[in-house]
Amino acid sequence: MHIVVCIKQVPDSAQIRVHPVTNTIMRQGVPTIINPYDLFALEEAMRLRDKVGGEVTVLTMGPPSAEDSLRKALTFGADRAVLLTDRFFAGADTLATSYALAAAVRKISNTYAPVDVVFTGKQTIDGDTAQVGPGVCKRLNFLQLTYVSKIVSIDLEGRTIEVERRSEGGVQVLRSALPCLITMLEGTNEVRRGSMQNALNAARATVVKWSAQDAGVEDITKCGLRGSPTVVKRVFAPTPRAEKAALVDPAGRPPADALIEEIFKLRPKLEADMFELARGY
Amino acid sequence: MIEERFDAIVVGAGMSGNAAALTLAKRGLKVLQIERGEYAGSKNVQGAILYADMLEKLVPNFREDAPLERHLVEQRFWIMDNKSHTGLHYRSEDFNEERPNRYTIIRSQFDRWFSSKVREAGAIVLCETTVTELVKDAYGKVIGVITDRQDGEVHADVVVLAEGVNGLLGTRADLRERPKPDNVALAVKEMHFLPRETIEARFNIKGDEGVVIEAAGTISAGMTGMGFVYANKESVSLGIGCLVSDFQKTGETPYDLLERFKNHPSVAPLLEGSEVKEYAAHLIPEGGYNAIPNLYGDGWVVVGDAAQLNNAMHREGSNLAMTSGRLAAEAIFQVKSRRDPMTKENLELYKKMLDDSFVIKDLKKYKDMPALLHTQSQNFFLTYPQLVSKALQNFVRVDGTPKKEKEKTTLKQWVAARSWTGLFGDAFRFARAWR
Repeated sequence: MHIVVCIKQVPDSAQIRVHPVTNTIMRQGVPTIINPYDLFALEEAMRLRDKVGGEVTVLTMGPPSAEDSLRKALTFGADRAVLLTDRFFAGADTLATSYALAAAVRKISNTYAPVDVVFTGKQTIDGDTAQVGPGVCKRLNFLQLTYVSKIVSIDLEGRTIEVERRSEGGVQVLRSALPCLITMLEGTNEVRRGSMQNALNAARATVVKWSAQDAGVEDITKCGLRGSPTVVKRVFAPTPRAEKAALVDPAGRPPADALIEEIFKLRPKLEADMFELARGY
Repeated sequence: MIEERFDAIVVGAGMSGNAAALTLAKRGLKVLQIERGEYAGSKNVQGAILYADMLEKLVPNFREDAPLERHLVEQRFWIMDNKSHTGLHYRSEDFNEERPNRYTIIRSQFDRWFSSKVREAGAIVLCETTVTELVKDAYGKVIGVITDRQDGEVHADVVVLAEGVNGLLGTRADLRERPKPDNVALAVKEMHFLPRETIEARFNIKGDEGVVIEAAGTISAGMTGMGFVYANKESVSLGIGCLVSDFQKTGETPYDLLERFKNHPSVAPLLEGSEVKEYAAHLIPEGGYNAIPNLYGDGWVVVGDAAQLNNAMHREGSNLAMTSGRLAAEAIFQVKSRRDPMTKENLELYKKMLDDSFVIKDLKKYKDMPALLHTQSQNFFLTYPQLVSKALQNFVRVDGTPKKEKEKTTLKQWVAARSWTGLFGDAFRFARAWR
């Protein structure tokens, strides 16, 4: 089977600093990493490949330096890496990104082998939108399985996959037809280190680099800044809350009662609402 | 095990490892370089000064794209007591030359660049991979390495050990002893972030000009050690280091020393308002010539810090590292091109080449200096700096005392502190060790 894993190179959020004067994020010199959520997707994809055979292609869109992340994915054990890089892609929001990635997945399908599953992380740590995966899925007209916590089984002949999906109420067990797109939940596995042979292969591998044209993008106006309706209105650092914790002296009352009394004193409306609510019972 | 064989495996991607891997790859050998850090430079700590001449021999046009900070136009030597410094400063417009001689650099950036040159030359560079053991054959010849990756054994004709000062691999394989506490210094360092203009104003420089301050005296609390302040583009690197054996003996902590150095009235104004960007600690080989271990054997050579190649007197290390790496590679290439095996006898060529270079010549020159400074550390790092400071203050202070009387007072102080025989003895011993 052929699996594509979409990854993103992101700034290491643990090492981001805010400029003391301008209050903007200092991206310069901040080390980059593979979006941590994507690693769960990559590992799950490789496990699936190891189980049923086939290959894993990692795909990213980004500046030429994003090659570092792809090479790292190869070190972990991916079979092929494709970098979508073109100045036309610069400044893309989730809409434009998913447009370009979908084109690249189609191209990968045509060039190497038909794609059965696309894996992505559940979201990135820099954008936090969780929109690109579903966006790619919709454009490819694949079936969509988000927040997947476990791949239960895959039937390549019957062209179905069974997964567990975390939802607010509990765990759903879903069966879907292939091809599909899976966004993988965090904490589901731990990415492997890659063997010595993987590392050697990765050091020697050529990362495939595609421009918009190479990737078969049809409408260039849907890429990059031009294809991005999202507007960043303002970036600001949140001001820390000024409220301070108060010390409540129970003064002989039971501590819980004292606390509630104090809270109601500060929020009279809350008290009224609570009474109103209690009357119903 | 990996089926594929390499001509050479280089362990480590610091200055010496990169020099060796680059030279070997340029000479057409099949090279595998293994580095434990996330990228070349991620684990490497140095002041750091780059010596252009030794790098030019490896990358002639490095100035075109290497991440350099400032070229040095001024060197300041400071003898310090707790409140003063006596300085010898040398600054020359000659250093504003087309191809400057020394630069400040930031190793994490520089080593990445250096490593990219190694890759371009054709070597395979594996990061995030630790060599845990050397593989020897039945006759004790080193034939490869074992890494911490799955199926991590790789074989090669020769292994270049550029593993750094601790040299765990070589020690584990009984190629040499562990460095002794009185042969290594522990240095701590901080990077202070300041606006470019502030640095230029405080150090009296413009453009890409840079300044080095090297300081010794009471800042090391009677231990054998030195402090430094280097001006980078938008940061100041500052640190202090002393012999590990002295730290053991005195119970001083490196952290306290650094705090005191930073708060010294001569240093504090240089750093005022700065933001600490990074801190690091590292061992520095300081044993000199007498501490150099076996440099070669059947199937292996050792280069750089792991071979204790560091000139403590001149604060030079990276240039010795680069040179030893390059010479080891050249020797390996010569043996290889004669189609000779990588035996101890054949690899002796490396030692011969190193002996003929400035590396061993310089270390030999100062071979007695480490022992002298170590045994006399109280005198050289406490007593004399205080005497020098008192003498200079006495000299410059105008207070109505006749000059002759002032000179007498100073002389009395020196004799009282060290006695005539002590003074002559120290001068004689120092001159002899310097020779």
